[in-house]
Amino acid sequence: MQAVEVNHVAKSFVDRVAVDDLSFTVAQGEMFGLIGPNGAGKTTTIRMMMDILKPDSGKVTILGEKLNEATKNRLGYLPEERGLYRKLKVLDSIVYLASLKGMDRRSATEKADELLDQTGMSASKNKKIEELSRGMGQIIQFIVTIIHDPQLLVLDEPFAGLDPVNTELLKGMLADLRNQGKAIILSTHQMNQVEELCDRILMINNGHAILYGDLGEIKARYRGNSVFLDFEGELGEVPGVTGRRNHKSYTELMLDDKTAPQQVLEHLMGRRMVVNRFEVATPSLNEIFLKEVGKTA
Amino acid sequence: MSKTLLIFRHEFRHMIKRKAFIILTLIVPVLALIGIGAFQLVSTDQASVETTTIGYVDEAGGFDQSTSQGHIELVRFDTHDDATAALINGGVSEYFVIPSDYLSTGVISRYTLKRQLETPLPIATAIKNFLTSNMLADKVPPETVYRVEAPLELVTTRLTETGEVAPEQGGYGNVIIPAIFGLLLALSLQASTIYLVQGLGDEKESRLIEVLLSSVSPRQLLTGKVLGLGAAGLLQVVIWLISLPLVLNLASSSIGGFFSTIQLPANFLVLGIVYFILGYSLFAALSAGVGAISPSAREGQQLSMIYAMLVYIPLWFASFLFIFPDSPIWSVLTIFPVTAPIAAMLKLGVTGIATWELAASLTVLVLSIILVMFLAVRAFRVYLLMYGKRPAWGEVIRNLRTG
Repeated sequence: MQAVEVNHVAKSFVDRVAVDDLSFTVAQGEMFGLIGPNGAGKTTTIRMMMDILKPDSGKVTILGEKLNEATKNRLGYLPEERGLYRKLKVLDSIVYLASLKGMDRRSATEKADELLDQTGMSASKNKKIEELSRGMGQIIQFIVTIIHDPQLLVLDEPFAGLDPVNTELLKGMLADLRNQGKAIILSTHQMNQVEELCDRILMINNGHAILYGDLGEIKARYRGNSVFLDFEGELGEVPGVTGRRNHKSYTELMLDDKTAPQQVLEHLMGRRMVVNRFEVATPSLNEIFLKEVGKTA
Repeated sequence: MSKTLLIFRHEFRHMIKRKAFIILTLIVPVLALIGIGAFQLVSTDQASVETTTIGYVDEAGGFDQSTSQGHIELVRFDTHDDATAALINGGVSEYFVIPSDYLSTGVISRYTLKRQLETPLPIATAIKNFLTSNMLADKVPPETVYRVEAPLELVTTRLTETGEVAPEQGGYGNVIIPAIFGLLLALSLQASTIYLVQGLGDEKESRLIEVLLSSVSPRQLLTGKVLGLGAAGLLQVVIWLISLPLVLNLASSSIGGFFSTIQLPANFLVLGIVYFILGYSLFAALSAGVGAISPSAREGQQLSMIYAMLVYIPLWFASFLFIFPDSPIWSVLTIFPVTAPIAAMLKLGVTGIATWELAASLTVLVLSIILVMFLAVRAFRVYLLMYGKRPAWGEVIRNLRTG
């Protein structure tokens, strides 16, 4: 059973088409990146998955069924722009929102204590939300998202506004959750985070899917035939190299169609050159993103 | 526990802990007590009022008896100049002149140092009674003089169609409880409206609404909120009603006989509860709709003030109802849904409500609730996630139509 199945979903508003015939699946135990520029339709897609918006057409299945009260209890959602009841105390907020996910008061309190401890927020549990910093509030909201042990997590820009320490803390917790078999959908602009964390991605623009699949495969697809090289001494002539471009700390060698990077490395080793770095040039997800979005703009 | 019940409990608890709610709940009985205290103070002041001395110049002749009129003493002066001098040096607070042609013209000239809109009633009454007593003295018995001064003490008895004395006698005693209940109901409706719109606005502004809707349905959220705030509003009204006998007891012991005439109109309790529930439902539905289409709590409140103020219209015009109880305006206000709860309560106390009027009022109210609720749920779905900008009215109407 897939954690999420979105089939030919479309949604229009009065003045624009937000999502147009979008389909994708997310497997259990997978970290899935949902990426795209501002206004691409990511949040609308998430809201349709959460049953906050009704799609005009198409079908969304969550954890094997159409979203209902029982399935809502098995999913955790962290919206992009966050807020909690400002006048309510931290622990009371967590326990109330956990109770709406079907948890009883006692187990919600116990679990909240455990998570507050794990995130180093125990000292703030009796403070009012309005007394917390933005980053602290975000950690509390993350706790609200995961407290009921959901099978599916949908996180919209979870790292925005977090300091590096808390970003690492969150990444660690997300990795643990994935290892426990939870499906995690990460919607973000931060491509480095997607590259680091996600197994598969869906890139959308203007409501359409423009890239979808395994992250490694997608990157391989965009790989140019060049290598990055940092060496000592004179490089001289290398067979199969059609051009070279000097960067600050390395040189990029452009290869002809018949030459594989492995052959270049073998040639250099044969010449007993001192090689500090040899890397098949793969574009970053950010470069792929800019290229694809630029193409459809 | 069902999620609706969880939201209900959260909203109710959250509400009754709010400072504004506690202050409003306590301030009504406290204000009533302060009012009674102030009345006592004023009445004590009146009791200890010193005798006022006013002068008069009798150019007509023969006005020399009954110079003591309650707290007002009349002192005769021979000339204008004497009276003016006494006025200036403070011997009298004012004086009047009975001219020689008084009997044919009725004109009395009054002189005072104070700027006034008109002659104060106690002074005018004292002068009138002084003139009457003097003109009738020695011509008719003193009892007749007294009766001329106070010719009638009207006592009305309402009979039933069979000629028996009706159990409900009407009068102000009959309207006082409905009027107070109407005022409290209006206050409570207005407060609940503000809290509901503000609560929705806050959740919208803080985007918490998305987290809530990923856990519960819009219907559960709205129902829980409306019931939670309704229960808090009901608690508020109940506290006011419980404190009412205490305040009234205190009032009747200090203000006197009038409060002993207070009685509850027939059907008051049943209709009071029915109108509270229906009125609250209508305002809750309106507030949910306004909360949904408003981009922020502040704008929502401005919009909700429009109908929250309408609820007071019957109270503004209450004195008009007392003077013209049969005016068709009253039927309109009793049937118009927003003003119906308060207008019906007042009318019940003053003249009673005709069966057709009651039926029309309740039918229109129920139909309005159904219609507004239907539109509010639609608006909730369409606009709840629209932040930052207010939709144009044309767009709202189009979206409500298409859903």
